[in-house]
Formats: sequence, C-alpha cells, structure tokens
Amino acid sequence: MKYLKTNPSQCKGVKACESACSKAFFKVDDPEKSAIRVKKTENGFEMNVCNQCGECIPVCPVEAIYRNQQGVVMIKKSICVGCYICVGYCPTLSMRTHPDLKEPFKCVACGICTKACPEKALEISEK
Amino acid sequence: MTYNRNFEYTRYLDNIEKMKQAHKVLAEYKFTPSHPEKGYTNRLLHVDLSTLKISERKIDQKTKDIFTGGRGFGLKFLWDAIKPTTKWNDPENAFIISPGPIGGITQYPGSGKSLVVALSPITNIPIDSNVGGYFGPLMKFSGFDAMMVQGKSKEDVIIVIDGVAGKVTIELAPLEAVDSHVAAEQFTHMYANDEDDRRNVSVVSAGKAAEHSLMGCLNFSYYDVRRKACRLKQAGRGGIGTLFRDKKIKAMIIHGPRVKGDSNHPVDPGRVAQAGIRLHKEMHDYDNKMCTMRKVGTTNIVDVMDAYDLLPTKNFQYGSHPDTPKIGKKVWEEYFTQGVPDGCWYGCSMSCAHGVDGFTLKTGPYKGHKVIVDGPEYENAAGLGSNCGIFDPDWIVECNFYCDTYGIDTISYGTMCAFVMECYDRGILNKERTEGLEISWGNGQAQLEMMHQMARGDGFGAKYAGQGILRMKRMFAENGWGDAQFLQDIGCEGKGLEQSEYMSKESLAQQGGYYLTNKGPQHDEAWLIFMDMVNNQIPTFENKAEALYYFPMFRTWFGLNGLCKLPWNDIEPGDNRTKYPPTEAAKVPEHVQNYVDIFSGVTGKEITKEELIKMSERVYQFQRVFDLRMGKGTRKYDIPPYRAMGPVTKEEYESRQERYDKQLKEWMNIDPAGKSTDEKIALHRKYRQDRYQKLVDAVYKRRGWTSNGIPTLETLKRNDIDFPEVVQTVLPHLSEAEVKEAQAAYVTTPKAEKKVSKIKKKKVVVKKKASAKNQKPKTKNKKAAVKKKIVKKTAAKPKAKRVIVKKKAAKKMIKKIKPKAKKTAKKAIAKKPVKKAKKK
Repeated sequence: MKYLKTNPSQCKGVKACESACSKAFFKVDDPEKSAIRVKKTENGFEMNVCNQCGECIPVCPVEAIYRNQQGVVMIKKSICVGCYICVGYCPTLSMRTHPDLKEPFKCVACGICTKACPEKALEISEK
Repeated sequence: MTYNRNFEYTRYLDNIEKMKQAHKVLAEYKFTPSHPEKGYTNRLLHVDLSTLKISERKIDQKTKDIFTGGRGFGLKFLWDAIKPTTKWNDPENAFIISPGPIGGITQYPGSGKSLVVALSPITNIPIDSNVGGYFGPLMKFSGFDAMMVQGKSKEDVIIVIDGVAGKVTIELAPLEAVDSHVAAEQFTHMYANDEDDRRNVSVVSAGKAAEHSLMGCLNFSYYDVRRKACRLKQAGRGGIGTLFRDKKIKAMIIHGPRVKGDSNHPVDPGRVAQAGIRLHKEMHDYDNKMCTMRKVGTTNIVDVMDAYDLLPTKNFQYGSHPDTPKIGKKVWEEYFTQGVPDGCWYGCSMSCAHGVDGFTLKTGPYKGHKVIVDGPEYENAAGLGSNCGIFDPDWIVECNFYCDTYGIDTISYGTMCAFVMECYDRGILNKERTEGLEISWGNGQAQLEMMHQMARGDGFGAKYAGQGILRMKRMFAENGWGDAQFLQDIGCEGKGLEQSEYMSKESLAQQGGYYLTNKGPQHDEAWLIFMDMVNNQIPTFENKAEALYYFPMFRTWFGLNGLCKLPWNDIEPGDNRTKYPPTEAAKVPEHVQNYVDIFSGVTGKEITKEELIKMSERVYQFQRVFDLRMGKGTRKYDIPPYRAMGPVTKEEYESRQERYDKQLKEWMNIDPAGKSTDEKIALHRKYRQDRYQKLVDAVYKRRGWTSNGIPTLETLKRNDIDFPEVVQTVLPHLSEAEVKEAQAAYVTTPKAEKKVSKIKKKKVVVKKKASAKNQKPKTKNKKAAVKKKIVKKTAAKPKAKRVIVKKKAAKKMIKKIKPKAKKTAKKAIAKKPVKKAKKK
C-alpha cells in the first residue's frame, strides 16, 4: 500500500510541501489548500497527512471513497455529495475541506511534495 | 432466527415496461427547474386532482419571514386552503410537503427531512409529520420549496415530477402495486435511467391498510446504494396516508437532479460545513460511549426505559417486564446489519435508520418473501412489543414491516393494539365480538392478523381497530361493551391521536409534554421524564411550565427547517454535562449554536438563540389557533385519559404499592394504613387530576394563553400573527375581561387599531348573518337592538368621549334586557369602541 511517509524530526518548517501540494492540485500557493500540513510544536514540527488507513471508506454514504490498485484511498468527486462525514471520522484529521470546494480532498501519495522538501523529510513508501 | 446478513431480497420487477406502457397521462405541466438560493426556491407546486390542474405559486418574503418553511409553510398553506367546516375527506383538504430552508444540506446530520401537513383524519385538526427519505430535498433541488395536493381523483393515479426535464404529470397507473415496499421498488426502477441514477428517484406511497383505516402513514423512499434496494421512511402520525389513498393517489414520484454539496446554495458554505464537521467528530468520538445510535438507533433506550420503570407494558399499565431483555438493545444489534452508513439523507453520521436484511415473512400476502425491514425503532419495539405484551423480536419485526408496507402508523397501531388487548383481557371484548380474533396479550399472530384485516378491509381490524382508540371507545360504549368512563380511562389518546410509547404516569411534566400539545400526545414537543421524574430538575409548577414553553418551541424549529431532532441531544459534546448546569445542559447549548450557525450560514439571515425560539413560537401559536379554528384547541381537549396520569386499576396500584403509599403520606399527608386499594386509587386520582389542572394553569400563563387555552391578542401580536382571520378565530373564545385586557395592550398604534376594527366589523357581520339563520329570533333581536341603540347614541359624540358614553349607554340597555342576554350585550360593548374608531 503506497503512502506518504513523514519524518518530522527532519522537518525545519520550510513548508515547501504545502506550497507544492496546493500548486499541484489547485494551482494556487495556499496552505489551506494543501493536503499536507506542517505545524510548529514545542519540540519541532508536526506533519499531518493521510496515512491511507481507509477508515473513511465505509462511512461514506454514497461509496465515493475507494482504494485504488496501489492501495491509495481516493475520492470519486463525481458522486461525492460533500457531506464531510469522512472529515469528522478521519482518525488523524487529515481529510481536508475548503470553502471554495464542494468536495473534501486528501493526500493521494503523488510524491510531488517529496521532491519539494529540501530536508528530505518526506518519502513515498509502502506498507 | 429467520434473518440473514445477505442483501438478498424478493424482487418485484417483472413487467416494469408493461406497467409503464399502461400509464395514461391525464395532465401535464412544464416548469423551469431551478436550484434554491440561500435555501429557498420561493416556489410552491400545486396539484388539484379534481380539476387535473397543475400550477405553481410564488412564495413571498412575508410568508418566509413569519412561517420560515417546512411545517410553517404547511400550516400556512393548509389554513388558506380549507375552511373551518372542512372535514378530512373533503376535496379541499390538502397535504403539503415542505423540507424547509436548511432541508437538503448534506453537511449537518439529520438535515434531509420533509414535513407533511394536512387536516388529520384521526384528529380532525392539523397534523404535521416529520419524515426522512429523499423526496423533499429532491423536490427542492428541482425547483419547489413545497408541494400541495388538493382535490380527489376518481381512479388511482400517480403524480410524477421530473425535476431534470421540468415536467409534472398526473397519470393513470393501473398495474403497479399499492403496498409500499413493492411500489417504491417498481417506480424507482421505472423512472431511473440506470443503477447510478436510482439515488435520484424517491417515491411517496401509502398502502392497502391506509385505505381502510384512519391511521395511514406515508412512506418516503430512498435508494440504498449499498443494498441496491429501496428503503422506506415514514411520515407516520395522524393518518396522512389515509388522506393520500382517499385522494386515490397510488404514488408520487420525483426524479431529481444529482445532489451535490452546494445544491442548497448556502450563503456561507464554510460556516455550515464547520458546524457539520464538529458534529461528525462528536459522533466519531462519543457515540459508542453515549447512545450507540450508529449500532442500534433509538432501540438503545429499550433497556433504559425498563430499568427506570418507564417502558410501556400491557397498555401503559406497567413500566417494566422480566422479558424485556428479549427485545433489548443487544438483540437489535444482532438483528441490524452492522457497519453500513444507514442515514435517511446524505451526511447523517448518526445513521440510525437501521435495517433487518433478508427477513423471511411468516404471514400475509408476502409470506415467504425475503425483505428488508426498516427498523424497528424504539417506538416500534415498545409499541408493537412490550405495550402489547409481545417479547418476541420476530413478531415485532414482521409487524413493523407490514405497518410500513400497508401504510400504517406503527405508533398508533401499537397503542391501539394495546388498548384492544386490554379490552380483550378484561372481557370488554371477546372472541365473538372480535369475530374470532383472539387478540390477547402477547399474541403476535393475532396482532398481525388484525393488521391484515385492515389491509383487506374486513373483520374487526377494519371495522373497529383501524378507526383508532377515540372512536373505539365510543363504539364499544354504544354497543354496551364496557363502561364508558373505564374505556375513557384506559385508552391512551388525546385529541384522537394515540399516545406514543413512554410512561407519563410518574412524571407530571411529561403528562403536559404529551397532552398540552398542538396535535396530540406524541413526543416531538417535549420529553421531560428524565429532567422531571428521574433528576428532579424542574420541581415547581413554574419550572415545569418553563420547560413546557422552551422545549416545544425549540423543537418546533426542527420542523420549520427540515431537520431531525435526534442529532440535537442523542449525541452531546463530551463536556456538555460538566461545562453547563443541568437545566442548561439539557438544552445542549453548543448544538443550539450549531443550529444558529447553519441557519445563518444557509439563509444569510443572522439569528440568535432567542430569535430561533421566536421563529418557532410564531408557528406554534398559529397552529394552536388553527386547532381552535377546526373546533378543538381549548382546555377540555388538553386533558389526558387517567391511565396517562395515574393508576386506574387495582393491579396497577398494587404493582407500585410501596411508591403510591409513600406518595399518599408525603404528598397528601394521608396515612394509607387501613385504606382499601380502591380508596387509595380514588385519593390519588383526585390529587393527580388537581395537580394536572394546576400545571395547565401555569403552562397556559407561560405560553400567553387564557385559562381556556386560547392565545390572547397580545400573544398573537407579539408573535406577528395577528392577521385578521387569526384574530377573528380567537375573539369569540375570549371573555369580556380578556378582550378588554387584550385591547389595552393590543390597540396601541393607529395601524393596529385599524386592523382590529376591521376584524370586529367582520365579526359583527358574521354574527348578524348567523343570527338571521338562527332559530332563536327573540334573543338575537334583543342583541341586535342593543347594538343598534348603542351605535345611535354614541354616533354624534366627539371621538375622545365616545367610549365612556358608549359604556354608559350600554349599561342602561343591559338593565332593560333579560339576564341571559346581558353577557352578549356586554361583549358587544367591549368590541364597539374599536369598531367605531375604524369608521372614523
């Protein structure tokens, strides 16, 4: 199962990942539209992103969330009704919303952010 | 057990094409589909089945401001459609479906409800019923905030709304089934383009038993994409299904557009979404620790009610039973298919609409069929189960299924059946009188057979049971079957509606919660048993009156907006009970704030928690006046049968002897020693009935009603519903003093004065007309003469002195007439000044 592995101890808070993610998917440099979020904590930085656990799949009322062949959890926007149950039920709070968007969005383990991170704090991995 | 976990059901899809080809279009109307803006489309779809005319009307801003939507719209449009003399089966009686401005949002749990309003067959006053399923939201997203159906068809018809193409048709549809589980499947498959499109179709239907009873319900369907089957949710209360079949409607079908997260076009989607996500998170974190709604729905309280001696058992005689675990929460967890998101509208993370899958039926025309049963919910388990002495879950599930597909309200059926069973147990009924039906406690088969009789239109079921408790009480007494007072005592109905399934005997506040209601004893206004009886948080009459003001008003708001009550307090923020004092915690303040946020977020109209109550009160008070307009709505209709207030029989008393004896000592300062059970019952009865009357006084005062339960003119004005027809309805019920008092507060501005005078003038004209028809010429002539002389005497005086002069003149007149006519003359005096003012 493909997923984005984070190494918070290496993160220096550059937030290049947020910028790369929002630019790739929404054509804007806006951390609110990034699937990965970096937050400063007392001891360093916390990186929050979907771990592809799939707990959102059975709670979707319209079967819009599924796992693709690589094991990545995907949202089929054409049938999504934008109810956000998946957002409230995400155990890591990694399903995102934005007022501009009708549907939630999440990390699809594309790996764009791994290339943007100067500290090599992110990598695409398998589990 | 006869259930399985496979989604395998008997299908009814043969000959769908042939069925469709047999349709004949009788009327067609084309419209421009539109989406709501800020929650409203501002359009009402009107269908008249007598004239086959389909049209649409604009809903204006004032109607929205006063009535908000949903139940408010339904009551307003029904008021305009019928007359005070209208009977439920007159063609002008209408049913109105409206989801309200919030209805149809997908982000907040429980936001897809439709409110159905009609003049009820069983109560003859307005009823409103709250139902899930997709019809209401799809209707709104097609272009209509509400739909009203009037008139009567001669043959079975269907009404089809194509919300994508913009077309409404009335069609003859001779071949499809009437029973709902079949009809919903046939019409859904017929009108959807493919499997993916079936979620965009919803069917409203009743069933065969709705035709032969007064307790018919409506089923609203939705297509369950996981089960690949139609599910049914019920507008249960008040017999709207009976009205539906009386109008000869087989089904109403909507094929709407695909629903998206912004279909309701809210002003501030982010604000709505954040409120929804907060609640989803609470569901995720706390449901398993709180109500386990996602696992067992409302059946979670069966065991709780039993533990507190509140589970209605054998027609509300007792509050618990040793066999309750057989129909308890754990059993339903096994019966319900787990792990399926069972919401009756998109986005409901509470997901309490559970189902028993692949259930094999044992009786009736569908014997041997494998079906999905929607439920049971708590009301079904308690009403069809314990209240009838039935503790076999298979019978409860089967009866639940047939109630739904035949179009019968499970609550009315359960309470009615419990009454019939007690009558049978006490010899008021016997096998001869029931035409062979051995309808004894615990007999699930007989309970089902009585239902099949209602569907077939024969036997005791159709002749008596389907008519409801109120009529059965009268019929049994007329037949010489039992004592009329005893029948009145044990039949738990109010205003003609059967009581829902909680024991109110030991909670005075809940007696008010049931019987000081607009439409009869159901629990959608106030459920105060725990606050009152268990936690003693509202000990005084004033405390109870405050609760019986706040909660009915607050809960009315759900119906105005297309919301479900359950996500309000069947889940709470984790710190609700520690953060707020108990009576405040009972309101779940943070969830009330969520409602403020989603209303403001959808409509753009900023409201506060206080304004939320005001929105509700307008409609609540209007509905009370509507009851009055239809001949009820006064104090005598707000009194419970004694079974709901205290122990009627020796068995009941003795089952709680320790408690009742203690109450004699503590409440009445009477030593129970040496007193017979009958004597003690009589003492309790007097005490409890007096106590209830005191509660009524306190509640009426808090609600702004007279001692006879009439909203005062000041109350109408305060709620912006002092429309001429509304005031005119109230006036004849106010005493001279009340009118005077109200006038002092009411006639404060020239505009208001003008309004009142207009009404008074109309009233006088109506009275004159009535007096001409009346067979009491002497009294009426005297009254008219008094009025005429008063007018004559005062006409020439300056305006400022007119009232005083009029009073003096009137006093002289009163002395001249008989005492009986005095009262009438006094009324005329009280009203004259305003009338004169208008002329000026």
